[in-house]
Amino acid sequence: MTAPGTPSQTVGPYLSIGLSWAEGPAVVAADTPGAVWLRGEIRDGDGAVVKDALVETWQADPDGRFHTPGFRGLGRCPTGDDGRYAIRTVKPGVVADQAPHLAVSVFARGLLHRVVTRVYFADEAAANAADPVLARVPGERRGTLIAEQSADGYRFDIILQGPDETVFFAL
Amino acid sequence: MTSPHPPLLSPGYKSTVLRAPRQAPILLPHTLTELTGPVLGEGPVAAADADLTRDGGGEAQGQRIVVHGQVRDADGRPVPDTLLEVWQANAAGRYRHKWDGHDAPLDPHFAGVGRTMTDAQGHYRFVTVKPGAYPWGNHPNAWRPAHIHFSLFGRAFTQRLVTQMYFPDDPLFAYDPIYHSVPEFARDRLVAGFDLSATVESWALGFRFDIVLTGAAATPMETR
Repeated sequence: MTAPGTPSQTVGPYLSIGLSWAEGPAVVAADTPGAVWLRGEIRDGDGAVVKDALVETWQADPDGRFHTPGFRGLGRCPTGDDGRYAIRTVKPGVVADQAPHLAVSVFARGLLHRVVTRVYFADEAAANAADPVLARVPGERRGTLIAEQSADGYRFDIILQGPDETVFFAL
Repeated sequence: MTSPHPPLLSPGYKSTVLRAPRQAPILLPHTLTELTGPVLGEGPVAAADADLTRDGGGEAQGQRIVVHGQVRDADGRPVPDTLLEVWQANAAGRYRHKWDGHDAPLDPHFAGVGRTMTDAQGHYRFVTVKPGAYPWGNHPNAWRPAHIHFSLFGRAFTQRLVTQMYFPDDPLFAYDPIYHSVPEFARDRLVAGFDLSATVESWALGFRFDIVLTGAAATPMETR
């Protein structure tokens, strides 16, 4: 039996009422070995920051395993008035033949359904070069999926629209 | 199968114009990353979180309602033990949010947020008040139909869904670009049904809102 799918709708401007968790940005505790901050900002087609968005991340643990007891794997952070988000996590391990990566959903006012992207890591150049998903992305746009190293982890900006538009995926 | 989802660029809803990506999305193969998803367990949810009407030591104003339904996947199978989060305006049409400047009263006993887990058969139930309609700035004299925001994880990253539940026979449907962004054949899937069997006599009206998550999920298996 096939069931008729429920349509998506926008989270609207007041998403933080329902979707903010105090512990949301902490995929791991601060004292976890290898803990890093993934930070970035979200911008629209005019280059304006998006201050009513939510970033969610899903990932394997450092050994490339999902659903490890004690490892939630989920990060969630609304953007602030400056359009920025921050998630504290650990770099995942290799999953099958893929380079370390996070799956990312972005929700916002003005997005009638989520957009999906991936975070790869600049210091995994060799693994990235062999990654089968990155291989599907035109070379000149691949850089939008690579988080650069920063003082306390990595930086990953999300550009919803425009010349530097982030690569988004269809599931 | 035709997608029930709205197109990201729906110019009647003005905020989509600068936020909808313009490049075509790239098809993502379903790897283990996409076919798994967060398993949150009961940890973050208390039984009281399914009753939105009793914040701050008193009772919320408004028409008390029970909202319930079943969450299923595209094959019609129940989705058990998944987190369902809701948020909404109060009975006067006001959100408890710093950006909501609507000239309508806040309610000290209504925060407008609830959480629950589906049971073993995918059923959920919460108690709230019917939200009011409210004005917004999309176009002159624009009003959103009464709605409750829903967020669900399902069993896999592919199944993640955020949507809005509407109430039957709302005259504002005809003027709402967010409701109209959904393909016509699927719009009624967002409208709850009045459900006499879910009413509580002398206490609350009942509505039923069933939800179907369309994304693929892995057959339950060990991943290591």
